[in-house]
Amino acid sequence: MASDMTKTILDALSASDASILSSEAFPSVPSLNIKASLDRLASRQMVEYDTLEKEIAVLTPEGEEIATNGSHEAKVFQAVLAALDGLKIGDLPGIVGKENAKVGQGNAFKKGWIKKDKDLLRATTETIVDETRELLLTVQKTQTVPDAKALTDLKRRKLVTLQKVISFKIAKGPKYAREFVKEETDLTAEMLMSGSWKTAHLKPYNFKAKGAPTPAGTFHPLNKVRQEFRNIFFEMGFEEMPTNRFVETGFWNFDALFVPQQHPARDLQDTFYIADPVKADPPREDPPNDPHQIKTLQPTTTSSSSTSPTKTLDYKQYWDDVRQVHESGKYGSIGYRYPWDADEALRLVLRTHTTSVSTYVLHKLAANPRPARYFSIDRVFRNEAVDATHLAEFHQIEGVIADYGLTLGGLIGFMEVFFAKMGIHQLRFKPAYNPYTEPSMEIFGYHNGLGKWVEIGNSGMFRPEMLEPMGIPKDMRVYGWGLSLERPTMIKYGVSNIRELLGHKVDLNFIESNPAVRLEKD
Amino acid sequence: MPTISVDKAALFEALGREYTTEEFDELCFEFGVELDEDTTNQERPIVNGKQEPPQLKIEIPANRYDMLCFEGIALMLNIFLGRQPVPNYKLVEPANGQLETIIVKEDTMKVRPLVSGAILRNIKFDQARYESFIALQDKLHQNLARQRTLVSIGTHDLDTIQGPFTYEALPPKDIKFTPLNQTKEMDGEELMNFYEKDKHLGKYLHIIRDSPVYPVIYDSKRTVCSLPPIINGDHSKITLDTKNVLIEITALDKTKVEIVNRMIVTMFSQYCSEPFTIEPIKIVSEHNNETRVVPDISPRKAEAEVSYINQCCGLELKPEEICKLLKKMAYDAKPSTTNPDILDVYIPATRADVLHQADIMEDVAIAYGFNSLPRSFPSKSGTIAQPLPINKLTDIVRVEAAMAGWSEVLPLILCSHDENFGWLNRKDDGNTAVKLANPKTQEFQVVRTSLLPGLLKTIRENKHHAVPIKIFEVSDVAFKDLSLERKSRNERHFAAAWYGKTSGFEVVHGLLDRVMAMLKSAFITGEEGLDNSAMSDSQYWIEELDEPTYFPGHAASVHVRIAGKELVIGSFGILHPTVLENYELKYPVSTLELNIEAFL
Repeated sequence: MASDMTKTILDALSASDASILSSEAFPSVPSLNIKASLDRLASRQMVEYDTLEKEIAVLTPEGEEIATNGSHEAKVFQAVLAALDGLKIGDLPGIVGKENAKVGQGNAFKKGWIKKDKDLLRATTETIVDETRELLLTVQKTQTVPDAKALTDLKRRKLVTLQKVISFKIAKGPKYAREFVKEETDLTAEMLMSGSWKTAHLKPYNFKAKGAPTPAGTFHPLNKVRQEFRNIFFEMGFEEMPTNRFVETGFWNFDALFVPQQHPARDLQDTFYIADPVKADPPREDPPNDPHQIKTLQPTTTSSSSTSPTKTLDYKQYWDDVRQVHESGKYGSIGYRYPWDADEALRLVLRTHTTSVSTYVLHKLAANPRPARYFSIDRVFRNEAVDATHLAEFHQIEGVIADYGLTLGGLIGFMEVFFAKMGIHQLRFKPAYNPYTEPSMEIFGYHNGLGKWVEIGNSGMFRPEMLEPMGIPKDMRVYGWGLSLERPTMIKYGVSNIRELLGHKVDLNFIESNPAVRLEKD
Repeated sequence: MPTISVDKAALFEALGREYTTEEFDELCFEFGVELDEDTTNQERPIVNGKQEPPQLKIEIPANRYDMLCFEGIALMLNIFLGRQPVPNYKLVEPANGQLETIIVKEDTMKVRPLVSGAILRNIKFDQARYESFIALQDKLHQNLARQRTLVSIGTHDLDTIQGPFTYEALPPKDIKFTPLNQTKEMDGEELMNFYEKDKHLGKYLHIIRDSPVYPVIYDSKRTVCSLPPIINGDHSKITLDTKNVLIEITALDKTKVEIVNRMIVTMFSQYCSEPFTIEPIKIVSEHNNETRVVPDISPRKAEAEVSYINQCCGLELKPEEICKLLKKMAYDAKPSTTNPDILDVYIPATRADVLHQADIMEDVAIAYGFNSLPRSFPSKSGTIAQPLPINKLTDIVRVEAAMAGWSEVLPLILCSHDENFGWLNRKDDGNTAVKLANPKTQEFQVVRTSLLPGLLKTIRENKHHAVPIKIFEVSDVAFKDLSLERKSRNERHFAAAWYGKTSGFEVVHGLLDRVMAMLKSAFITGEEGLDNSAMSDSQYWIEELDEPTYFPGHAASVHVRIAGKELVIGSFGILHPTVLENYELKYPVSTLELNIEAFL
C-alpha cells in the first residue's frame, strides 16, 4: 500500500518515548494518508494521537514566482540598469514581459529606482533592496506573515493565501511495538484446523457500520395484521368460519339477514351482481364430504356442552320463514310488509360482507343451539368508485358470539377486552342503525396518536327476524361485530391511500421493510 | 346515511338553549345521530346577497324517516331531552263532514296503482318552513321512496283546484298541462323530451317513460295536478301564501306510501292554525280493494316484555321505569293491567322504524345510555378455538415460501377478462370464470381463475425494485360450478413469480420442490424411482407441458398421487414472451401455480 505510513510512523516513534509532530516528521505526506495509518494503529492501541489544526500562509503561484525571480519592479529595474544608454519605454514589455512591464514600471517609479528621460528609462541607482521578494521569502520559510498589515496587503495582491493545515501529535500507545503484525480479516475454518487462531490477530470489527444485508422473504403487512387479529380471536376461544365463497346468493347475503329487497345496499351502485352464471338455486344442504366444513359444524361431532340432540335443518322451511318475516312479519315482528320476490333472492352477487358467512354458520348452529364463538377475516366486494379510502375489495373482520342470556353490557364488556388486546383502552358506544342488528352500536376508540375518537367498528345483537327463521331459540342472543382490516392498518402505519396497502400497486419495498406487527404495543 | 342541514341558531332556539359544538356533538352521540359538521367557522355561501347562517349537518340513521327535516330533528331531540311530550296528532274532518276524495281509475294498475294523501288546513308557511317542506319531500324521495320509484309526492295549493280528484292512467299524448315553473303547455311525450337533459328530473323519467299510459291526477275541472312521479302542474303550485295544502302520494308499495304520508303530515301539521291536526281524505279504489280514509296517524299498539328488555339490557328496571325511559324515545307505554311482564306500548305514527320489541328494547337502552349500561364479560362458550383447515394449510405454505426468501403480495381478486385469459394466451371456454354484471370499470370484469394476473401486475408496478423480484400469494380463485347452490366455488391456490435477468425456471422449480417436501410429498421420476416415499403422505412428479402461456419446452404440469388418486394440481414454467409483452415486462418471468386443496 503506497500510502501506508504505519511502518514509517512506528519507526519514527522508536527513537524515544517523546511525542513527535507529523508536520515535522513527515512534512510532505498528505495528512489524510497519515490519519488513515494513525487510525489503524490507534484502533490497536499502538499509538495515541491528537489532531492539531493551524492556519499557515502559503504563496500563490505568482508569489512563488516573485520569491524566486524578484518582484515586477525589480525585474523592470534590472532591465533598465542593464541597458547602459537607457531603455526605450516601448521595448520594456519585450524584455520583461507585458505584465511585469505594466505593474513593475509604475512601482519602480514610485520607489524612485528609475526615471523617465524623454522616451527613455534610466536607472537612478546601482543597487536596490527588493522588499517584496524578501518578505515573500520569509513567508515561504516561516509559513507566517510577520504583521497583520503586511498579511492584508499580500492577500490583496494575491501573493499569499491562508490555508488550514492538519497535523498530528503522535505518541506511543500502550501496545506500541516496532512491528505491525499481519491481521486476519475473519476467523476461518483453516485457522481452526491449523490452530493459527491462537496467535492470529483479527482485524478489529467496525462497530459503527451495519451488517451485511440479509436476504429475506416476508409476509404482506395486511396479512401480518390479519394474523394478529386471528391470534386475538384464538386467544378468546373463537373458531374460524369457512369464508371460501366469494359468490353468494341474494338470499344468504341479504334476505336471510332481514335486509329488505329495496334496501339501497342492494342497488347496482353498491353491489356487484353476477352476469354468468345467471341464477342460484334455493338454499339446500351442502354437498357431502365438503372438506371446508369446520369440525364443530359437522353433525357427528357433539360439543361437550351440548345436551340436546341435533335437529335436521329444513331449508325449505327456512326459505319460507324468511319470506314471511319480510312479507307479512313473524316472530313478533310486523315485517317490512312488501311483496317478497324469490327471483331477487336467487340473484347471484359477490358477497358484500362476510356476515353472509356468519348467517350460514348460525343456521348450522341452529341444528344444535349451544354457546358458540366464531370469527372470520376475508375479502368482501363493493361496487364503489375507487378513491384514496375506497377500493372495490377489502377485508372484513367479523366476530360472532351466541349464547343464552347475553346482554348489551356483555357486548360492551367483551369489546373492551377485545380492543384492549390491540392496544385500544378507551371505548365509547354510539347508537346506530343496521338492518340486521338491534341494538346496533358503533364502536369509537380513543386514538392517542391522532388525539381524537375514531370509529373502529360496528357491533350489535342480531335481530330476531334474522335468527328465529334459522331455528335459533328465541332466548338465545347473538352478538355480531365487524371492522375492516384495512382501516386499523392504515391508521397504524400512517398509510393515507388504501391502494398503497392492497392490490398490485403496493410498493414491494414497503412490503419488505414493514416491521413486525404488535397490535398491543402501539 | 342521509345528512340533513339545519339552521344552527333556529335549532338551538327550538331546543331552548345554546350548545357548544362539543356539547351538541355529545347530545347527538348519546341519541344516535351524528354531528357531521358545524359550519360556524367555515366560509359559507352567499345566497341573494346574504351569507348563509351557520348550519349543523347531521347524519341521520337510514331508518329514521321522522328525522329527515328540521322539524323532526327538533321534535325528537326535545322529546329525548324531556322538554316536550309526544304530540297528540288528530284527524279533523271538515265541518260539513264531506271528505275530499281521490277516485282511482283501474288503468292505474298498469303503471302505478296506489295513491294516498291528506290535507293540511290553515297552514302558515314562512321561507324556512317552506324550504324545509320541499327538502323533506326531496329526502323522502331519495331514501325511502328509492329515487321516486316506489313512492312519489305531490303537494298543491288546494284553493286553486277543486275536488273530487281523479287518479288516472292515460296515453302520454292525451295528457296536456303546463309543468311546474314552466310557461308552455306540453303533452306527456313532449314533456319527456323537454326534461330529458334536466339535471334534476332527467333521472326519474325512466320510471314511466316506456309505459303506454302515464299516471296523472286531475281535479274535477280536468286541471292536471301532477304527473307522478315526474312533476306537478304549475297551476296548483304552493307558495309562501298557500293556506291549504293537498298532499297526494302515488306508489307501487303499499306500506311505504302510508309511511311517507305519515311523515309529511306529522312533521308539518304543527304549522296548522290548530297544531297537529290533519284533515283526512277518502281514496275510492274499488277495483283493488284500496278504498279507505287516509292517513292513519293513530299510534300502533304493541306489547313488549319487561323481562326481555331487562334481560337484553342487563338491567333490573321496574315496568314504570321502562315506561319513563320509553317516553324519551317518543313512545307512550304503560304496564299492562293483565300481565305484570307486559308493557302496552303505543308507537307513534312517526316511528315507522319500530318492527319488533327488539326495537323498543334498543330504545330503552339508548334512553338509559349505552355507555351507562352495567358491563359484564360473557365467559361461556362451547367452541374450542381452531383455524379453518384450509387456512391452516395456507399458513404452512405461506410460511415455507417466505422462509425460502419470497415476498408475499396481495393483489385484487377482480380483474379484467383480458388479464385473466387473453394476456396469458388462454382461451375462455365460457364455463370457467364468474363474470360480473355491473362493474364500474374494465378492471373488474371477472373473478380471477388464476393468481398469475395479480402477480404479473404487481411486478409491472414495481419495476423500480431491484431484480430479481421473487413474489408469491396464497389465496382464492373462483370457478363456475353449476352443480352447486351458488353456481360457483372457490379454490385455494399458491402461486409464485420470479422476475430477473435470467429466466429463474429452476428457482421456481426449486420452490415447488421445497413446498412439496414440507407438505410431505415425495418426488418421483421414471429413472430414479421413489425419493424417500416411505415417509411421505403423497408423491408428486412433473411432466413436460405444452401450453401457450409458457415458453415451448420450458413448462411442466405438476402431478400428485394422494390416497391412491392421481391429480394434476398445477403447472410452472417460463412465461411466453408474448405474455410478458402483454403485461409490459422486460425481463424473463417464471411462474408456479398450484391448487393446494388436494393437501387438505
